[in-house]
Amino acid sequence: MPALIDWSYIAAAILFILGLKLLGKQATARKGNLISAVGMLIAIVATLLVSGLHYQWIIVGLVIGSAIGAVAAQRVQMTAMPEMVALFNGAGGLASLLVGWVEYHNHPNQLLSAAIPTFLAILIGGVTLTGSVLAYAKLAEKVQSRPVLFPYQKMINAGLFLLVLLFGVIFCAHPAGSYPILLLLILLAFALGVLTVIPIGGADMPVVIALLNSYSGLAAAAAGFIIQNTVLIVAGCLVGASGIILTQIMCKAMNRSITNVLFAGFGASTSSAGVAVTGEAKAITPESAYFVLEAAAQVVLVPGYGMAVAQAQHVLRELADLLEANGAEVRYAIHPVAGRMPGHMNVLLAEADVPYEQLVEMDAINPTMATMDVAIVIGANDVVNPAAREDPGSPIYGMPIINVDEAGTVFVLKRSMASGFAGIENPLFFKANTRMLFGDAKASLQALVTEFKSS
Amino acid sequence: MILLIFIFILSAFLGFELIAKVPSQLHTPLMSGSNAISGITIVGALIAAGTEGGPVGTTLGVLAVIFATVNVVGGYLVTDRMLAMFKGKKK
Repeated sequence: MPALIDWSYIAAAILFILGLKLLGKQATARKGNLISAVGMLIAIVATLLVSGLHYQWIIVGLVIGSAIGAVAAQRVQMTAMPEMVALFNGAGGLASLLVGWVEYHNHPNQLLSAAIPTFLAILIGGVTLTGSVLAYAKLAEKVQSRPVLFPYQKMINAGLFLLVLLFGVIFCAHPAGSYPILLLLILLAFALGVLTVIPIGGADMPVVIALLNSYSGLAAAAAGFIIQNTVLIVAGCLVGASGIILTQIMCKAMNRSITNVLFAGFGASTSSAGVAVTGEAKAITPESAYFVLEAAAQVVLVPGYGMAVAQAQHVLRELADLLEANGAEVRYAIHPVAGRMPGHMNVLLAEADVPYEQLVEMDAINPTMATMDVAIVIGANDVVNPAAREDPGSPIYGMPIINVDEAGTVFVLKRSMASGFAGIENPLFFKANTRMLFGDAKASLQALVTEFKSS
Repeated sequence: MILLIFIFILSAFLGFELIAKVPSQLHTPLMSGSNAISGITIVGALIAAGTEGGPVGTTLGVLAVIFATVNVVGGYLVTDRMLAMFKGKKK
């Protein structure tokens, strides 16, 4: 039987790797996810064959957990996907922490080779839990999403981290008599998770979620070292690596280093030392906008999170269909950090049945921007802010943006002149070729659709 | 122990290779899908919940199973729900 279990774990690891590989291509992604789920099922069934397990409590846990997970997965809105992934992440981190704790509880006479991963599983798992829950709260705007800064913050965080390391060393040196220290370490890890996420602004949450995703994998790998189980190590490490890569991609898309994202308290102050914005924003009515669009041959749509909040993705697609029927070529330009997690905008547009061939990445659309007759910006702000290109004093200077200002005419659909998630002024609104279409994004798009239909 | 560290390092390299070339439109499903894989800690949780460890040990074990299962079941289902929506142009 133990041999069968080991072989099953190898099979599970292979399926995880294959699944991840297939998940990386549009055509095979769904199959990849299924294959990885089969791998998980094999790992679970194989574990249940371990001799001497009592099943009654296992079944209780599996039933409750499956019910919660299934209901949550069915009910969640696509706009709330970042919050959901954050919570699932937190659950995984907590599970790894608990595995570390219970292993210690049952076998307190640990060798150093088990004590070190126990410390790591508890530390990383605890940080993942509270960090993810706080990221969830910030994304759902249950707490203030702006960075929270207080005096001596970095020193306090560094001090706390050193304290964790100190207690970690004490714990690893004498695990047997260190139960109180283990409990203290759990609390310190919780505190560390909160304190590291609290200075990070809402606009940087895509990076935080990717990083926490990586942590949840590393916590699982640490748990694998405790129970000497290779499938935990392999799977946890794969997730850890993928999370780090996504973190890097996100940072690159914002032209910031990971240390800048984590420690700079970006967007905490709204005072921009940059060039003062001059000029006046020019408003336009849907009727006049229609005449411009009616004559356009090349149209690019730039959706931002504001589109998702207004639930305007369906009416946006309706407008795109009408434009196409009118003979225009329509593309959607997607910024890598559009939405609130990596790739979020693509999911939202897919929900509205936008074919993925029409979605163009930033680097592909920018060289063609000058040939576009009209660019329509729907609820996007910072990702089309030319200050990133032109104003060295701007906090987002250097961040790659979608250069909509190079298009013939730019329509900006916006509720008011308020600044975006990052709290930065946008000179795009004052450019000569920009027209503001004020109002709720969905209502404005609806008005355009009506204009098209009634003509 | 050394062997486990060896496996860990090789898996890290494998992970970097697997993910580095994924197009950005798949990043959200990739993240939630890999998130579900991190629920593999359920293997440790099942063993913990099924081992005789007194009331405290069993309680912690069952909680671990619950949270790991939420991560696994929720993660895979929500990823599938997202991927089901990705469609190409119908001709």
